[in-house]
Amino acid sequence: MENNNVIKVAGLTKMFGDFTAVNAITFDVKKGEIFGFLGANGAGKTTAMKMLIGISTPTSGKATVAGFDVNTQPEQIKKTIGYMSQKFALYDDLTVRENITFFGGIYGLSREKIKSKAAILIDELGLENVANKLVGSLPLGWKQKLSFSVSLIHDPKIVFLDEPTGGVDPITRRQFWELIYKASHQGTTVFVTTHYMDEAEYCDRVSIMVNGKIEALDTPKKLKERFKVDNMNDVFLKLARG
Amino acid sequence: MLPIIFVLPLIQLIILSNASTFDVKNIKFGYVDHDHTSTSSALIEKFNASTYFNVLTDFGSEKVASQAMLNGEVDVVLEIPSYFERDLQKEKRTNLGVTINAIDGAAAGLESVYVTQIVQSFHKNLLVDLMQASDSPKIEAVNIMTIPSFWFNKTLNYKTFMVPGILVLLVTMITLFLSGMNIVREKEIGTLEQINVTPIKKSQFIIGKLFPFWIIGLGLLTVGLIIAKLIFNVPIVGSLPLMYLYTSIYILVILGIGLFISNFTDTQQQAMFIAWFFTVIFILMSGLFTPIQSMPKWAQIVTEFNPIKYFVQVMRMVMLKGSGFTDILPQLLKTLLFALVMNGLAVWSYKKTN
Repeated sequence: MENNNVIKVAGLTKMFGDFTAVNAITFDVKKGEIFGFLGANGAGKTTAMKMLIGISTPTSGKATVAGFDVNTQPEQIKKTIGYMSQKFALYDDLTVRENITFFGGIYGLSREKIKSKAAILIDELGLENVANKLVGSLPLGWKQKLSFSVSLIHDPKIVFLDEPTGGVDPITRRQFWELIYKASHQGTTVFVTTHYMDEAEYCDRVSIMVNGKIEALDTPKKLKERFKVDNMNDVFLKLARG
Repeated sequence: MLPIIFVLPLIQLIILSNASTFDVKNIKFGYVDHDHTSTSSALIEKFNASTYFNVLTDFGSEKVASQAMLNGEVDVVLEIPSYFERDLQKEKRTNLGVTINAIDGAAAGLESVYVTQIVQSFHKNLLVDLMQASDSPKIEAVNIMTIPSFWFNKTLNYKTFMVPGILVLLVTMITLFLSGMNIVREKEIGTLEQINVTPIKKSQFIIGKLFPFWIIGLGLLTVGLIIAKLIFNVPIVGSLPLMYLYTSIYILVILGIGLFISNFTDTQQQAMFIAWFFTVIFILMSGLFTPIQSMPKWAQIVTEFNPIKYFVQVMRMVMLKGSGFTDILPQLLKTLLFALVMNGLAVWSYKKTN
């Protein structure tokens, strides 16, 4: 059971001056699950995630991601995870294919591997017609799907998604979640933050962060039972309003 | 963007090289002739014949002349005393009064030299007295002839002197601004965060950032040298490979500074401001426009840390004097040291984890 936890967090804290952004959070994420990381704006989700992906050093507390310590082995963590930020972060002035090649190269994939990956990825996303167009000219929904696929290019064990569906239409969101399920079926652990409570229903387990603390952590079904409501929205409102 | 990077600096090179001349020409020259003899007219005629002076008018009196100088209508006023011709013939010597507008001290200095030269060529025993409006010391009449012999730039062509320097300046500015904006721009658009979650090594990242700008810098040098040769006909005496060797190391220094700035700033405005701060200091203390020897001691020490100074020196040495590898070795080694330090700082200051 213990080995099944790919993310282990114990008392993780981040302070900016006097302000405690993340206040001693503790949780585990099991291998292969879709873990929803919920919270209002400013609750500390992004800060917590940044510590887990090794770009922000915790003020105190411990966490391991894929067996590596976030305090001492951030670079090893980076090899085994994928990350998609809430801001679109591929290069707008490179083409779809160039972006794939570039990030494949950074993760140290061989040329042949990059080529075959790019072909599969472009085919899956239906981007054949725009493969040689600049990414900046694509609609946001397409960009987000591309960004997600690129974050999976090196077959990471865990993928971190920071509000991946912010600002995209419901159909694209639906397609996006299909991509997430697919990755999950292939054994990738998905750690996702979101504002959309309907999306929370798609997760295996969700945690809800309020003011830097995790106030609830369970399956959506159990959370609804516990708060005696029939959707996640109400669970969230009850918690966030205290 | 790429056309802008190449076209604008080259236009600057062409414009600035023509504009930045230290020659003082078209000096507005007026006189007060109290003598009205053939000798005094001949002296005025001497000034008229000179290409440096635009002889305006006889002001008639000192008062009119000084009013004209106050109004900025005249730069130099020559006062020829009464009995000028008589004294010159009888006593073999006499004095002339010269008033020079010395607001621009450097120009005034040159003007007084021009006046003295013309007067002495007119008559060896004429003494030029500088009047109160100028701060310059009195120029003593001398009977010693100096025969200047100018080396390396025989015709004293300022373009020959300035073009290599301005080329240096442009290569520096473009590479500094491009690299200074670069990482901070990625911070702004968010791609840097994406890079930071990849296992890329810091040194790989910095090298990846340096390389394109390094190529652009060398490309600029190439086009600039072609223009220097074709348009300004600047002699390129020394070895081109040596110039490229030095420049390739030099650009690394500037790029290192740029990336260092970029790492320390959060917005492009901040980076721009700091890059501008350094460019102005580097340029004005480079010896490009003003000789370093005339700076105060402390400023001379500061220039030791100015990479542009070495680049200007090396370009002028190699292009105009044909200096070889051993001649520029001190500059080369110092530049190499700067390159190592600055790029070391750039790698160090780039933090993947905050």
